[in-house]
Amino acid sequence: MASSTPASASTEPPPEPSAGAASKSVSEPSAEPSAGAVSEPVSGSSPGFRWGRRSGLRRGRGSGAWHELRRRPSFLVPAAFALLVCVMAAVPQAFAGWFGHGDPRRCDLADSALPPAPGHPFGFDIQGCDLYSNVVYGARSSVLIAILATAGMLVVAVVLGGVAGYFRGWVDALVSRVMDVFFGFPSLVGMIVILQTLSVHNEPAVAGVLVLFGWPVLARVMRGSVLATASSEYVTAARGIGASAPRILLRHVLPNSFGPVAVLASLNVGLVIASESALTFLGVGLRTPAISWGVQLNTAQQYFTSAPHLLIFPSVFLTVTVLSFVLLGDALRDAFDPRLR
Amino acid sequence: MGGYIVRRLLMAVPVLFGTTFIIYLAVYALPGDPIQSLAGPNQVVSPSVAQAMRERYHLDEPLLIRYGLYLRGLLGGDLGVSFSGRPVSEIIAASWPVTFQLGLTAWLFTAVIGVPLGALAGVRRGRAADLLVLAGTTFLMGVPFFVVAYVAQIVLGVNLGWLPVSGTEAGWPLAYVLPGLVLALYGLPQVTRLTRTSVLDNLGADHVDTAIAKGLPRRTVVLRHVVRNSLVPVVSLLGVSLGYLLSGTVLIEGIFNLPGLGYQIFVAVPQHDGPVVVGVGTLLVIVFLLVNLMVDLLYGILDPRIRLD
Repeated sequence: MASSTPASASTEPPPEPSAGAASKSVSEPSAEPSAGAVSEPVSGSSPGFRWGRRSGLRRGRGSGAWHELRRRPSFLVPAAFALLVCVMAAVPQAFAGWFGHGDPRRCDLADSALPPAPGHPFGFDIQGCDLYSNVVYGARSSVLIAILATAGMLVVAVVLGGVAGYFRGWVDALVSRVMDVFFGFPSLVGMIVILQTLSVHNEPAVAGVLVLFGWPVLARVMRGSVLATASSEYVTAARGIGASAPRILLRHVLPNSFGPVAVLASLNVGLVIASESALTFLGVGLRTPAISWGVQLNTAQQYFTSAPHLLIFPSVFLTVTVLSFVLLGDALRDAFDPRLR
Repeated sequence: MGGYIVRRLLMAVPVLFGTTFIIYLAVYALPGDPIQSLAGPNQVVSPSVAQAMRERYHLDEPLLIRYGLYLRGLLGGDLGVSFSGRPVSEIIAASWPVTFQLGLTAWLFTAVIGVPLGALAGVRRGRAADLLVLAGTTFLMGVPFFVVAYVAQIVLGVNLGWLPVSGTEAGWPLAYVLPGLVLALYGLPQVTRLTRTSVLDNLGADHVDTAIAKGLPRRTVVLRHVVRNSLVPVVSLLGVSLGYLLSGTVLIEGIFNLPGLGYQIFVAVPQHDGPVVVGVGTLLVIVFLLVNLMVDLLYGILDPRIRLD
């Protein structure tokens, strides 16, 4: 469910005639009658204005947006929470020991599913382990998968989208058709089928499956962005001087078309975390003895009536994490790329 | 228009082949012997029986040839036979009504709740109602919806006893209210927010100013001139979300024990029951593609400025 929600389908650039007519102008209220034009640049920064020292100007625009962002509570609050979750994932020891021994693996079956007690603010899980330290340690796998999956999607999307958008022709046709296959696919079903068949269920495996079904959304945006950038004058000029294709791609096209896809990726982080927990919850993602919110919730579902705290605390942490990353992505998008809204 | 439909259908063909091939590959390239898992983990299958089963399901052929055989059957309307001996078409016939009813219920909830809420928020921009809707939809985007499913099941089903918790015994609408509602929450934030944005766009339009200037009551202006014109993109999103709802039914059917298509996939995958997974998965993909096509056609009808060609 992370990969292609209607919301992300709506973030594509003005549709080109060939591919992707399916999700065309989903959320474009003022649908242009000329729905075939590719002319509009999607990056929100018109290349024509960038006449001065390129890097200097870009820094200027960027720092302006940062300046704006730093004052907005809609950025600061989710950013603080997201940072907290990341720190918690990096050094869970620092948080886990606040109330008790802080060791998620030190368990006593006699304490099984006991409600909150002094020294154990969240109570105990079904194995008699301290739930608080387990929930704290659970941040690690979520954040790790989010980083791995987002990085993987970005790499695939930038390479394939960039190549398709720059070289056009049969490469573009091939990449676009492959993307169509993935768009015409109920991704959750696909993820379940593939994960069931895998024999390993660690973080890289789950992240890999998320990448497999998540890259097309980003690649489509990247392709549109590269299409717009590649037709600008400075690219033509570079080609006229005789620069090689890799050099043009790396030095001119990529830096100037990376913005939209980066913003969309940041928006995607929250969805990746939610998808991971859903897959794990279904029993096809991470498995015990991994410490993860999805695993905790999966165990908790059977005991909800007798021990509701098992479900509540991991849910709260998961919800706050997903929410803060989604809102953070929202704020970044508003600041850097209002056109993607 | 006719040419466009034909072209879109032709474009769907490679997509369909690609998706069936991916599912086929994922199901059959996996380690594990379907015959053994059919017999049970600790049973000894006699070699001659295993051999007969292998030949019957073409498991002794190379993968590509098996895929070709499968496609030939598919084109002739034969979806194959599950490893438990039941024809896949029979399984689908028995379970699609459940998924259909669930999807439809959820879709109705999305439309009936999402559009009025979004319109209200748009008209009352910046007021309490608007802020409440924005906060609520943001919250819904963050809460994993299987958590919502369990909380709803426990609170509404077990503690309050208002609605059946699982199964389809109570029949439509009663048995589908709870799962449908939970599934609807999945697409609700997007529909609500899009309606709100669209209404905001239309509020500033010239024809609305004209309507106000000629003295129409506020109610009429909002309903006839603003909301109605704002619905074009919303209808499109509602159509697309119908496709995504199908994907969500896998989760919901599992949680609420509804014997629909998603549930069949869920049961079949651990058993390596390839014919069922491929057949049901392909069906879901076909429906997904057709829904998308219909949405595009509908879009052209609703907004004549868009030409499909």
